[in-house]
Amino acid sequence: MKKGYFGEFGGQFVPELLVPPLRELEEAMQDIMDDPVFNRDLDGVFTEFVGRPTPICRCANLSGDLGFDLWLKREDLAHTGAHKINNTVGQALLARHMGKTCLLAETGAGQHGVATATAASVLGLECVVFMGALDVKRQSHNVRRMELLGARVEPVLSGTKTLKDAINAALRYWIAHQKNTHYCLGSVVGPHPFPLLVRKLQSVIGREARSQFLDRTGRLPDLVVACVGGGSNAMGIFHPFAGDREVQLVGVEAGGEGRPGCYHSATLSRGSFGVLHGTRTYLLQTSEGQIMPSHSVAPGLDYPGVGPEHAFLKDSGRARYDVVYDAEALEAFYLLCRKEGIIPALESSHALAWVIGNRDKIRPQSAVLVNLSGRGDKDLDIVREIESQV
Amino acid sequence: MKKENILTQRISQAVKGGRRALIPFVPAGFPDKDVFWDIIMELDRSGADIIEIGVPFSDPVADGPVVENASIRCLEQGIGLAWIMEGLSQVREKIEAGIVLMGYFNPFLQYGLEKLATRAEEAGVNGLIIPDLILEEAGPHLKLLETHGLSFVPLVGLNTPKRRMAEYSELGPAFVYLVSVLGITGTKVSAGQLLRTKLQEVKDVFSCPVALGFGLSSRDQLDSTADLVDAVVFGSALIQHLDSGKKAGDFMKGWN
Repeated sequence: MKKGYFGEFGGQFVPELLVPPLRELEEAMQDIMDDPVFNRDLDGVFTEFVGRPTPICRCANLSGDLGFDLWLKREDLAHTGAHKINNTVGQALLARHMGKTCLLAETGAGQHGVATATAASVLGLECVVFMGALDVKRQSHNVRRMELLGARVEPVLSGTKTLKDAINAALRYWIAHQKNTHYCLGSVVGPHPFPLLVRKLQSVIGREARSQFLDRTGRLPDLVVACVGGGSNAMGIFHPFAGDREVQLVGVEAGGEGRPGCYHSATLSRGSFGVLHGTRTYLLQTSEGQIMPSHSVAPGLDYPGVGPEHAFLKDSGRARYDVVYDAEALEAFYLLCRKEGIIPALESSHALAWVIGNRDKIRPQSAVLVNLSGRGDKDLDIVREIESQV
Repeated sequence: MKKENILTQRISQAVKGGRRALIPFVPAGFPDKDVFWDIIMELDRSGADIIEIGVPFSDPVADGPVVENASIRCLEQGIGLAWIMEGLSQVREKIEAGIVLMGYFNPFLQYGLEKLATRAEEAGVNGLIIPDLILEEAGPHLKLLETHGLSFVPLVGLNTPKRRMAEYSELGPAFVYLVSVLGITGTKVSAGQLLRTKLQEVKDVFSCPVALGFGLSSRDQLDSTADLVDAVVFGSALIQHLDSGKKAGDFMKGWN
């Protein structure tokens, strides 16, 4: 396979001015990330700061109703409340080993921004976060969290003023500040080597889950299900299971409201092949190649592109991808709250909703593992707003 | 021997005449699609040696706010490659200057690269600048462009190592474009010595003419590099000039 590619997906579609920092990062990954010192440091941060390993738990109440075993990988219990922190502490540590003094990030709803600000704070780095001006307004709570953690939040006024424009702004900032700044990209997207770097760091989810599952049940799950926006939590749990052919991998995309003509975020299921943010992948775009706005009730799934490796897993048939709508995700959100004592993130609720929606197709006695990528406290305003509209 | 691209010819003629070649950049359809082709012809009459026509894109990652906002306005008018090819075919005969399309890769990819090369050739385009298509990704498409007489014009930066420049040089471009800042379009140009050193390196490595661009707003900025630059590209400053309702020709006078 061509370097930096997953089949025909991936690559480095960036301005020439970003080639030197991308090379530097690639070399750092080779030189530093296999080094025992780096890995000892990373394990230490994972254990003491992030709270790893996160447990897996069997949903005792729901499993009875569903007729098969539903298991959750509890990334909601990681520090800051989601899997995002695995990536940011890893990249922050790498940045420090590279001699960088500043962490740069984009953020949509603010989760990755908060996770980056957290990592920067604990590892003694400066932090700049670009966030669409619309999102700054909608997610003032997360802006405050980032500021408390010592980050500088830069509102982005260009384009649609949302995540995709925040990524553009971060890439531009990186061009000008590459000397002392590491770009801590938040998902398995962007130019090579980011999809590999983020996968490497998020794979801790799947490695833990696989061995925990074997320990608890003596077997592997039949299905592993995760939501996909950019795709980092899904790639994190899928990757260590990729060689287990008997384990089916299911990625769940956000279908938005589901009315004809409405914006959505189902890039793999309904998008087409193109190039955005440095990578060849599936996109939501017009026939002329202009990027379209995306939408989901779950802010973390709201992105018009998707990680190139997911595109590859889809085309190769190793993973399948399906769509869940806002309303179904909300139902799953309520169900988990009431039945299992867990308030899930609306993102993770998409994965749960897929399982519930496909309950009749899932063989009785099988074991289904859902990546509960985050907790839902952050989503209460969104839920309340929807409730007030009904 | 390979026929010399018209872009190289235009710059060489200017240099032989004791001046720098002028390369204005205007996003297609700016400031309004009804006047755009008149502006292109006015630029041509006022001494433009090459004209860069911007193909608007929703996510122009190498551009600053001026070019980005201009592009968005063009998109809102429905400008795309089809409109550009059609309009250019009608006026190309009247334009002396070489024509380059500058645009991000995705709109070209969706248009279809075969179709792009064919139509561009028919419409009289002489070269392409694709700011997010680096050497490795451009590789598979270069033959196609060459077959249709389109030069792939590389961008190099102050941080591009010499050996990488040499790889670009081997492509035999019509000219090379040095980005004068470690930044995006419209950023203030870098100060003296670093730029001079890099320009000298570019001159040494490339046998084709050298154009300097990104962040140029007046000819005074070029004093320290005068002897090393064959051509200058200006975009943001010209866009702001046009946007305030002033004539393209007046802008060119400041550079002649």
